[in-house]
Amino acid sequence: MYRIVRKVTLNPTVSLMEIEAPLIAKKAEPGQFIILRAKEDSERIPLTIADFDREKGTVTIIYQIVGGSTMELDTLSEGESLHDFAGPLGKPSETKGLKKVAVIGGGVGCAIAYPIAKKLSSLGCEVHSIVGFRNKDLVILEDKFKDVSSKLCIMTDDGSYGTKGLVTNALEELIKEGNEYDEVIAIGPLIMMKFVCLLTKKYGIKTVVSMNPIMIDGTGMCGGCRLTVGGQTKFACVDGPDFDGHLVDFDEAMHRGTMYKDFEAHVRDESCNLMKKGDR
Amino acid sequence: MAIKRNMDPKKCPMPVQDPDVRKNNFDEVALGYTYEMAVNEAKRCMNCKNKPCTTACPVSINIPAFIERVANEDMEGAYEIISQSSSLPAVCGRVCPQERQCESKCIRGVKGESVGIGRLERFVADYHREHSTEKPKMPAYNGHKVAIVGSGPSGLTAAGDLAKLGYKVTVYEALHLAGGVLVYGIPEFRLPKMIVQKEIDDLKAIGVDIETNMVIGKILTIDELFEMGNEAVYIGSGAGLPRFMNIPGESLKGVYSANEYLTRINLMKAYKEGSKTPIMHSKHVAVVGGGNVAMDAARCAKRMGAEDVYIVYRRSMNELPARKEEVEHAMEEGIVFRTLTNPVEILGDDTGMVNGIKCIEMELGEPDVSGRCRPVEKPDSEFVIDVDTVIMAIGTSPNPLIRSTTPGLETNQRGCIVTDGDSGMTSREGVYAGGDAVTGAATVILAMGAGKAAAKAIDEYIKSKN
Repeated sequence: MYRIVRKVTLNPTVSLMEIEAPLIAKKAEPGQFIILRAKEDSERIPLTIADFDREKGTVTIIYQIVGGSTMELDTLSEGESLHDFAGPLGKPSETKGLKKVAVIGGGVGCAIAYPIAKKLSSLGCEVHSIVGFRNKDLVILEDKFKDVSSKLCIMTDDGSYGTKGLVTNALEELIKEGNEYDEVIAIGPLIMMKFVCLLTKKYGIKTVVSMNPIMIDGTGMCGGCRLTVGGQTKFACVDGPDFDGHLVDFDEAMHRGTMYKDFEAHVRDESCNLMKKGDR
Repeated sequence: MAIKRNMDPKKCPMPVQDPDVRKNNFDEVALGYTYEMAVNEAKRCMNCKNKPCTTACPVSINIPAFIERVANEDMEGAYEIISQSSSLPAVCGRVCPQERQCESKCIRGVKGESVGIGRLERFVADYHREHSTEKPKMPAYNGHKVAIVGSGPSGLTAAGDLAKLGYKVTVYEALHLAGGVLVYGIPEFRLPKMIVQKEIDDLKAIGVDIETNMVIGKILTIDELFEMGNEAVYIGSGAGLPRFMNIPGESLKGVYSANEYLTRINLMKAYKEGSKTPIMHSKHVAVVGGGNVAMDAARCAKRMGAEDVYIVYRRSMNELPARKEEVEHAMEEGIVFRTLTNPVEILGDDTGMVNGIKCIEMELGEPDVSGRCRPVEKPDSEFVIDVDTVIMAIGTSPNPLIRSTTPGLETNQRGCIVTDGDSGMTSREGVYAGGDAVTGAATVILAMGAGKAAAKAIDEYIKSKN
């Protein structure tokens, strides 16, 4: 069992949990992920590591409630324990030799973008962070990004906070201002990563994306997380989750991501009905 | 005691659930012999001197000796004999391809059917589980520690043998449940999970520690296992990565690897009503491949409500690598065998869902390196089978997690760990390996045989050092 030492609500649908997992904390690197099961009969959920503390022996995860499984995870409180917590899985993000990088996070993807920005900053790399949200209420990790970035652009779809517009608008502006990035790292919804990549391709800037497809075991066994990268089949769990964004077939990944959409919606609605019927 | 032999040329048939009933449930298909059936079948064994059956058993069970005990109605005596050689008799009695091993050499098979060795093994193990009250004894600790990577049949066998010799054994399992392919792969109707759990509980009772959620190669490396005081490490990490055919359409929604499909159904229990595990409730399914895994996937699909399930296999019925009984059971359950058929493309609709599989007819040519006739395409013979789901059951390649984090561990060009003969010794001192991680996808019993041989080699290695 893996104890939840801290739980913080970041916005109405996004929460943070700091989990006691000393062996994983010892090995974790930005870009890697864990697989958890909230309870004994829960689904396995892959979540990218948002932070880790080797001395305290904890690993932080940030999740958005999107379906039945994350809803179940969210029923657990500080002091309770997760049934299963396995990792660190996947390959760490490459940070070697980077001098100036634009780190882009979209929505809950910021949770994954932050540890990479933090690591790059600690290595002396100049970090420009661009984070995008639908509206002001959904903004997370603003202070954290501020601490590790020499420039931070906050974008909202409706203009209720920061600048109105998309992360790609901010990125293009920074490029036009004359910023020369060694690399762009983009983490967020598939559609956002796709458009970041289209933009950076135009400017010839290497771009790394972090893929988060449906998976079960996270060790290469099921093949459910397969993607087409540069015309080849890759498994996100063992070959990734980071890939060269200019080679990823995003349209296919988007199609595959909808495989269980109806099922998840059904489970979520059922859980809601059950909750309504319950004693609470 | 003199036994009156039973000279019936045929095996006592195995009672089974009716095909029309069982294709709608996940309960075990084969129901097992009754006491009388077992004793009667045991009397068919001639107890011949050369014991050809034993030489054909990968773990060399003294088969005539245990069968003689059954004939004499000494079931515990029979169990003891089997246990000397096999750690998982209830499992092997159910999943071994006996027709290609012990039973293929039985002299009763010359002029009739062989003795039902597998069925008797299963009976003895089940009888023991149901009747014995004796708790497994904890062996005295010999002061040495061994780590085992993977809790499948190979790892569990090695763990059992080493624990019985007094070693402190820790088994590391990547998933949340121990058992490896016995729990994620082989379905409930062929191997009830309660049986696997009992075998694992027995290992725990003799002091084996099983740590789940431990992905070795990631959370700990092989080198760190040595730093923790283990004097040897056994790698039984299994086959790992599923293969695909590299034909167009494999990324469509509705294309599964057999590993994924079976894991969702078995390990994640999608077969149970109200399960939270997403799975496609397919109506028309093509399973590509002809091995046991293909049979398991096809029969699961039928039980999950599919109307038509096809096995698509590029050679003929004679070359099917699956156990004979599984093929027979699948046919009884209405699985359609499209043999001499090879997929060339998976077709999809505009939402990215599978709606067909384009195949080409094959014919058998000259034998290839495997000794089986090479399938050759018939020109212009393409046709389409309408399906909404395609399950690829064409094998696996070894998992890279350990080889990529263990310096000096030699692997071949396919990624399989290279070992020295039967001992399982690898290129790294103190590191042994066996099962699918070494051979590529094979059977439960071969993995057990490798685990057994490695346990012996590890014992000799540690003794020679101390």
